[in-house]
Amino acid sequence: MIWVDAVVQGLLLGGLYALFACGLSLMFGVMRIVNLAHGDFAVLAAYLAYSAATATALGTLGATLLVVPLFAVFGYFVQRGLIQRALATGPLATLLATFGLSVIIENALQQGYSADTKALNPGSLVSASLRVGSDISVSWLALITFALAVVVLSALQLFLRRTRTGRMLRAAADDPGAAALAGADTRHIYGIAAGLAFGTVALAGLMFAMRSSFDPTIGPTQLLFAFEAVVIGGLGSLWGTLAGGMVLGLAQDLGGQWNPAYALLAGHVVFLAVLAFRPQGLFPARRIA
Amino acid sequence: MTGEPLLSISGLTVYHGQLCALREIELDVAEGETVAVIGANGAGKSTLMGAIAGTLRPAEGWIYFAGRDITRLPAHQRVAAGVCLVPEGRRLFPSLTVRENLLTGAYRRRPGPWDENRVLGLFPWMRERAGQPAARLSGGEQQAVAIGRALMGNPRLLLLDELSLGLAPAVRDRIYAQLPAILAEGTSILLVEQDVGQAMRAADQVHCLLAGRVALAGPPAELTAQQVEQAYFGLSAAPGGAS
Amino acid sequence: MTADEAVTAAPAAPAAPPPTVSRGGRAALWSGVGSAAAIAVFAYLPFMLYTGTTQTLVTFFTLVAMASMWNLLAGYAGLVSVGQQAYVGLGAYAVLQFSDWGVQPFVGVALAAVACAVIAVPTSLLAFRLRGDYFAVGTWVIAEVYHLAIAQDNSLGAGSGEALTTLSGFSPVMREAITYWVGLAVAAASIAACYLLLRGRLGLALTAVRDDETAAHAAGVAVTRAKRAAYLVAAAGCGAAGGMLLVSQLNVAPDSIFSVQWTAYMIFITVIGGIGTIEGPVLGAAVFTVIQQLFSSSGVWYLILLGAMAVAAAVWLPRGLWGLVRSRTSLSLFPVGYTVRGLTNGRGS
Repeated sequence: MIWVDAVVQGLLLGGLYALFACGLSLMFGVMRIVNLAHGDFAVLAAYLAYSAATATALGTLGATLLVVPLFAVFGYFVQRGLIQRALATGPLATLLATFGLSVIIENALQQGYSADTKALNPGSLVSASLRVGSDISVSWLALITFALAVVVLSALQLFLRRTRTGRMLRAAADDPGAAALAGADTRHIYGIAAGLAFGTVALAGLMFAMRSSFDPTIGPTQLLFAFEAVVIGGLGSLWGTLAGGMVLGLAQDLGGQWNPAYALLAGHVVFLAVLAFRPQGLFPARRIA
Repeated sequence: MTGEPLLSISGLTVYHGQLCALREIELDVAEGETVAVIGANGAGKSTLMGAIAGTLRPAEGWIYFAGRDITRLPAHQRVAAGVCLVPEGRRLFPSLTVRENLLTGAYRRRPGPWDENRVLGLFPWMRERAGQPAARLSGGEQQAVAIGRALMGNPRLLLLDELSLGLAPAVRDRIYAQLPAILAEGTSILLVEQDVGQAMRAADQVHCLLAGRVALAGPPAELTAQQVEQAYFGLSAAPGGAS
Repeated sequence: MTADEAVTAAPAAPAAPPPTVSRGGRAALWSGVGSAAAIAVFAYLPFMLYTGTTQTLVTFFTLVAMASMWNLLAGYAGLVSVGQQAYVGLGAYAVLQFSDWGVQPFVGVALAAVACAVIAVPTSLLAFRLRGDYFAVGTWVIAEVYHLAIAQDNSLGAGSGEALTTLSGFSPVMREAITYWVGLAVAAASIAACYLLLRGRLGLALTAVRDDETAAHAAGVAVTRAKRAAYLVAAAGCGAAGGMLLVSQLNVAPDSIFSVQWTAYMIFITVIGGIGTIEGPVLGAAVFTVIQQLFSSSGVWYLILLGAMAVAAAVWLPRGLWGLVRSRTSLSLFPVGYTVRGLTNGRGS
């Protein structure tokens, strides 16, 4: 029955991956760029929350409520200040600029915080577990993370489908020139997309930091997982990303049951299999949401 | 009619790289008027529309709209100013529905008579298809939606770039038949048209472009077919002379 | 016209000489001579310099090789890979494996290049299913797969790595010297490979693909084959560089040899030096090595500095330092293009 437990854990892990992935998916859908520093920004958020939680009386929840919106605003300005300029320079420039950012952030964090691992204390209630049946033990944290993922994805869907700005985001994803002719300042629209991406990835980073320890170098690994979740789920579908995350989490946990050293490899192999046999992903859509 | 024209272009010069696409263009659109710009391919018609809509930067010259210098105004701010372009090739948003496409036009709407209801009334077939993805419409239907999208911003000046392109004559006629309704609500129209006959029928003033310059201008009634032909193709009046 | 009129007609203007097409100017000739001289000078250095300096130069040679390969992929074939560390690692482990089988490690470096090219064939079948930015991340995932797979292999030291012991027959001085010369050979071969490939049909094909893939396809260019060729050569070059790393460090561990840090170096060097030119990676590697030596004592600050330089170059100086030189002087030491002289169309040539 440990297998059932592994399945449940793996599926719930998908929620965390979906949180990491939705920002990546959004930025690619709207701006056609992959932010190679995506995972590193999550780690940066985790470190900022760690500092906020330990240096002040805020505690973890307070730090979360502070850091996530701050990061969203930060993302808006990173987009308008740097990434927008890279977009204007050429298709290669955004990839290279975000890669450079990734290296800068990792090394700056290492200088600032040292290479030791840190962790965010989620509080005694949240780190408790829920017993389901006789063999399955599910941590509250995993459940909350999954629930958060569903809430965030639903909110993003609503935003994109029902609001004026969300509609314009989808329009700009289709044809930025025509969107400008309809009155949209594309730089502002892109800034909003980036802000959403940074906010969600900050939340993802914090939820990760609560479940396991982190150090400055884990950013790229999370980027790869987020990327795999997007590709497995299928480009253009937010809910597909959740499905992709769940498949990835399942593969990793089942692989880890077989042999702990195989966990990550199993996830990568599933990704490569999807790439080889169904490159459009499990639930491809032609839209960004 | 007030004395000052709604749109006033003077000395406009626009380059495409090293090629001079427009050379010292002078053009006015009065309030309530329909002005047509005709010319062969490469004459500079779409460049002119691009400069007025803000997608192209002029090297020299001025564009005045309602007394305001909009020459350097970014494209997305011209909608709020009252200039809306229906671009060549329609350029609807394929992943949005018909209704959502219309609503994007209202992103920076000005106060005015055009709203979703009014626009759907202009093209009655649209009401039933409002929930369909725009990519599934025919060329003529897409043209109608594109016009509707521009109208949702309540422009004072509606720019129509190559309305007839890719459309069957009957479809084109149906679209042109809606123009009077648009004019009646107080919008002026500047249109670019490959079909000379259609332009002459629809417009109060016709300008003919040739190699970036205005070769002929005036009300259609005062222009002879021969004059238009010569201006369009760049033939001089004297027989046997070099062009 | 009658014969008389033909004779008295004005003589026709002398026919203008046909335009000439040349592959390189005088600068290229000098650089050919200069390169040979430089190689000779470099080859002599081990007799003159201390071990520390030759080791730095070996690092420089390795970086030149790696960056040239990344440049071949990204600057010419338009394939931005963030996973070249896969072949660096595979190359190093290939030398290790060959050494276990009794092959001399210095010879193993060349074999490792071949081995990596072979592995790159099926790898490219998967990787080419992704395009653009997604291709970049996909290559990174593939590198991770090789990383994790090798780390499972106990005969090669598993997660903690292994030392290379089969060079202990050499005296340290001799070993350092031969390492140096092999490194020089690898760097020279990488540059030569790029130059010869790009001067030929592959270069033309790649330029066409880089400019407009669909049009190139329509013009009959075997697009996928050209890209794959570039990918295989880059794999071989990075494999040789990886072999060099093992031979000079005498030790390899999966986490460090498969680290994305190597690709980071390749990217920084190429972007700062000048992407899309053969001279760029050499110039960039020189800048990188100097900065690395200057700041090696201050921890990782030099990486932050290089990262910032790369970001700045990517956004504001997309043609890199060599691009700056070229725009001012039209200098091309390794010309791969075609120069047309003698066009008389009224505009002058």
